[in-house]
Amino acid sequence: MNIYKFYANGLYIVLDINSGAIHVVDKMVYDIMDVFDGSNDMEVLKAFAGQYDAGELTEVLSELHQLITDKKLFTPMLEVPLTFSQEPLVKSVCLHVAHDCNLRCGYCFAGTGDFGHDRGMMSKEVAEQAIEFIIKNSGPRINSEIDFFGGEPLMNMDTVRHAVTYVRRRELETGKKFKLTLTTNGVLLNDEITQYLNDNNISLVLSLDGRQFVHDNMRPFANGQGSYDMVLKNVTKAIQSRNDQNYYLRGTFTACNLDFAADVLDMADKGCTQLSVEPVVSKDSKYALTEEHLPILFAEYDKLAEVYLERKRSGQGFDFFHFNLDINNGPCVAKRLSGCGAGHEYFAVTPEGDLYPCHQFVGREEYLLGNVADEADGVKNTVLPKKFRQTHVLTKAECRECWARYYCGGGCHANADLFNQNIEQPYKIGCELQKKRLECAIMIQAILMLESGK
Amino acid sequence: MAKHIITVNKASLQETVHTGGCGECQTSCQSACKTSCTVGNQVCQK
Repeated sequence: MNIYKFYANGLYIVLDINSGAIHVVDKMVYDIMDVFDGSNDMEVLKAFAGQYDAGELTEVLSELHQLITDKKLFTPMLEVPLTFSQEPLVKSVCLHVAHDCNLRCGYCFAGTGDFGHDRGMMSKEVAEQAIEFIIKNSGPRINSEIDFFGGEPLMNMDTVRHAVTYVRRRELETGKKFKLTLTTNGVLLNDEITQYLNDNNISLVLSLDGRQFVHDNMRPFANGQGSYDMVLKNVTKAIQSRNDQNYYLRGTFTACNLDFAADVLDMADKGCTQLSVEPVVSKDSKYALTEEHLPILFAEYDKLAEVYLERKRSGQGFDFFHFNLDINNGPCVAKRLSGCGAGHEYFAVTPEGDLYPCHQFVGREEYLLGNVADEADGVKNTVLPKKFRQTHVLTKAECRECWARYYCGGGCHANADLFNQNIEQPYKIGCELQKKRLECAIMIQAILMLESGK
Repeated sequence: MAKHIITVNKASLQETVHTGGCGECQTSCQSACKTSCTVGNQVCQK
């Protein structure tokens, strides 16, 4: 498949998959694209002779041929970039500074924080070893990233503070730059910690699930009481203290709130503008998403996209992570193929220093890659990183034929493994929702470009 | 001026086959989602 077309919010859109060119077309072009293959003009003229004027058909064919000449239509399949065959360089780690949590979220993939193992805290020594692991294995790359994750990372602020001080010193010594992020449930986010995170330019991913009854249903304390009141107070204060910048307010929706657009808008109505709400990934639970839910969820994304545009136009806009598609300066092909980089560029580090392909693989012992204490020359397991690097959209049968192949990163390996017991076959519901979000995002960006007159 | 088609972006993925791959951009699953790995909304750092 090299061309994908869809109708959304009044626009007929044709995507040239291999160049990334997005064409807004009229109904005639949209219809013609069912027949036109780049070289069969006579067939097109014959097929639409009774439906459209011959002169107009000729005009359309001329415009289509100009696009082919300009390499914006029927662009051939891309090659795998040469850089992709080189040895991978580490670029980011997810530091599990605490395998413990003060909430008991129903859908937690970390099994309430312990990832199926003993509850534990990362020592300062292991944090330093993890930072050295990046520095030693990132080659000439300047920019690296660390996410302080858990469990709940604010339960181990001693190690967070130590790691921040250490990494800033090592930046000066090595010339590397580290972008730091901390993902928190907000329970312990007091004024002093907030100030520290602001002062040290640490991005925040703050967990809130939208409306109070939705949040409290899934995100209770250990005693069963909902955490919404405390979390909302803390996260909105933190967001205001950093002038509504350098954060994402992130929620999860489940089968219990299929009308999740209301949750996104509830967070926007609270004055938060950097929003990300994600579908839960779960098997065999009462809140798991199933294929039967897809039509309802698609309609919700449509609804959300409409309100998103209305609010942008009225000056009351918010950002929704999955609609922030950069259609002009998006990533290169190498990035689009490597996706998240799990297992070859991106690793998770447990409190004990164990390395896994990403935070979601932690606890799946067959994916243990090594330990930061003895990984100065790369991870011990050399087989899996190669496999992860070579498992991308152009090597996976389903992805290679999918129109969304250069936008989705090939889907989440951990989800594929969870549902299909391998990383080659993507998680179907995830793919369907991803494609719907992309249609919305492309439509939104096309409308914004057309309205701005650029 | 095309009458039936408006191309709304200047993207050209082919050009980045040989020029890209510096790896300086943000990890796609590292922030904001943590459960998907969308790359389309990443921005090139070059």
